[in-house]
Amino acid sequence: MRAFSAIIGRELALALRGGGDVLTLVLFFIITGAIVPFAVGPDKALLASIAPGIIWIAAFLAMLLGLDRLFRPDHEDGTLILLRHAELPLPAIIAAKVIAHWLLTALPLILASPILAVLLAMDFSAFWRMVLSLLLGTPALAAFGAIGAAVTVAIRRGGLIAPILIAPLSVPVLIFGTGAISATQSNAALLFLAALSLMAVALAPFAAALAISSAED
Amino acid sequence: MTIQTTPKQSWWSRIAHPGQFVAWTRPLLWPLTILTVLLFVLGLWFALYNSPQDYQMGDTVRIMYVHVPTAWLSQFVYAVMAVSALGSLVWRHPMADVSMKAAAPLGAAFTALALFTGSLWGRPTWGTFWEWDGRMTSTLVLLFIYLGIIALWRAFDDQLRAARVIAVFTLVGAVNIPIIKFSVDWWSTLHQPASVFRADGPRMPFSILTPLFVMFFAFTVLFLVLHLKAMHTEVSRRRVMALERQAAQGAKS
Repeated sequence: MRAFSAIIGRELALALRGGGDVLTLVLFFIITGAIVPFAVGPDKALLASIAPGIIWIAAFLAMLLGLDRLFRPDHEDGTLILLRHAELPLPAIIAAKVIAHWLLTALPLILASPILAVLLAMDFSAFWRMVLSLLLGTPALAAFGAIGAAVTVAIRRGGLIAPILIAPLSVPVLIFGTGAISATQSNAALLFLAALSLMAVALAPFAAALAISSAED
Repeated sequence: MTIQTTPKQSWWSRIAHPGQFVAWTRPLLWPLTILTVLLFVLGLWFALYNSPQDYQMGDTVRIMYVHVPTAWLSQFVYAVMAVSALGSLVWRHPMADVSMKAAAPLGAAFTALALFTGSLWGRPTWGTFWEWDGRMTSTLVLLFIYLGIIALWRAFDDQLRAARVIAVFTLVGAVNIPIIKFSVDWWSTLHQPASVFRADGPRMPFSILTPLFVMFFAFTVLFLVLHLKAMHTEVSRRRVMALERQAAQGAKS
C-alpha cells in the first residue's frame, strides 16, 4: 500500500511542479465550452438545452488531451521498465496512475465547471446533476484512456491514434452522462454511469498492463 | 520396443509455420472461389427473380438479401478477430496474428456495406437515411472500432509486437458485440428485433427465407475466400519485408 500511494504522490508531484499542465487543461475545458455560444448563437434557451452535451464534450476532449502524459514520459525515460520490475504488480501501478490521472485532469475540470454552467445559462438543479454525473462518469473516461495510452505507448507518433481508439469505447459514458443531466430518468442514468465507472476502473488496469507488457518485450 | 523421442506434432502446431499454412490452404482457394460464385448466382437469381414482393415494402424488400448477410458478417468477422486475438495472446500462434490483421479491413468493409444498404433501405421504409437508434449507433461504433484497429496496425513499425498489443485492444472492443446483438431488445426504438433465429422459429415464409439463407452462405464463403487470400498476401508481405531487411544488413557489412 505504501508503494501504491508513493506512485500516486510521485505523479502528483511531477505534474504540479513541472509547469502549468493542469491549468492549461482547465483553460482548454473552459474555452471549448465558451466557444460554443459563438458558433450556435447566444440564445439562452437553446444554450441551456444543449449545455449538458457541451460540457461533456469539453470534458471528454480535455481528458483526451491529457492522455499522452500518462505513460509516454515514463516510457521515454525508461521509468516504465523499472516499474515493470517493481515488487508491486503492474496492474496495481497502472491503477495508481489512473487515480493520479483522474485527480490531475478530471477533478480540476469539475471544480471549474461552475464557470461553464454560468456561461451556458444552466439552472441550479441541472448544475448539481452535472457535477454528480461528471464525478461518476470521469473515472470511466480515465480508465478507458489508460487502455488507449497503454496500447499506443510503443508507437512514436501515437498521440493521434489513442483518441480514435478511445472515442468509440467512451460512447456509453457520454450517453449516460448527458442523460443524467438532462433526461427525466436521471437516477437510472446515474446508476448506469456509476456501474460503468466501477467496471472500467476495476478491469482497465489489467488490460492496460497486458498491453504494456506485450509492447515492451 | 522403440521409444519415440520426437514429439508428435499436431496439425495445430504444424500450421503455425507460415509456409506450411500457405501450402496447405492454397488448394482450398479455387474450390471455395467457385463455390462462392455458384452461391451468388443462385442467391441473386432467387433474390431478384424468384422471391415474392413484400406486401408492404414491395421490391425494396430485396435489399434485405444484401443487408442482413453483411450485417451478420460485420459481427462474425469481429468474432474471428477476437478468437484470433485469443490465439495470439494465449498460444502466440503466428498465424493468429496474420488472421487478425487480414480480417480487420474485411470487417470494416462489411460493416460499411451493412450501414450503407441499411440506410438505402431505411429511406423508403422508415422515411429516413439515418436514425440514432440502438442498433445503428452500435454498428457505427463497431465501424469506428474497426477503423481504429486498422489505424493501429498501420502505426506500428514492428508487426510482431503490434499483434499482441492490438490483440488486447481487440478483446476490449469485443464488449460491443453483445451490445449490438441485444440492442434491438434493450432499446426497442426503430430497428426490428431478431426475426430469423428465434426460439419459436423464423417469422418469415420460406419463399423469403430460402434466398436469404443462400445469400447468407454466399457472403460467408466470400469472406472465407477473401480472408484466406489476404492471409496469404500478408505472409508474402512479411517474407518480402524480412528479405529486404536481410538485404539491407548484407549491404551494410
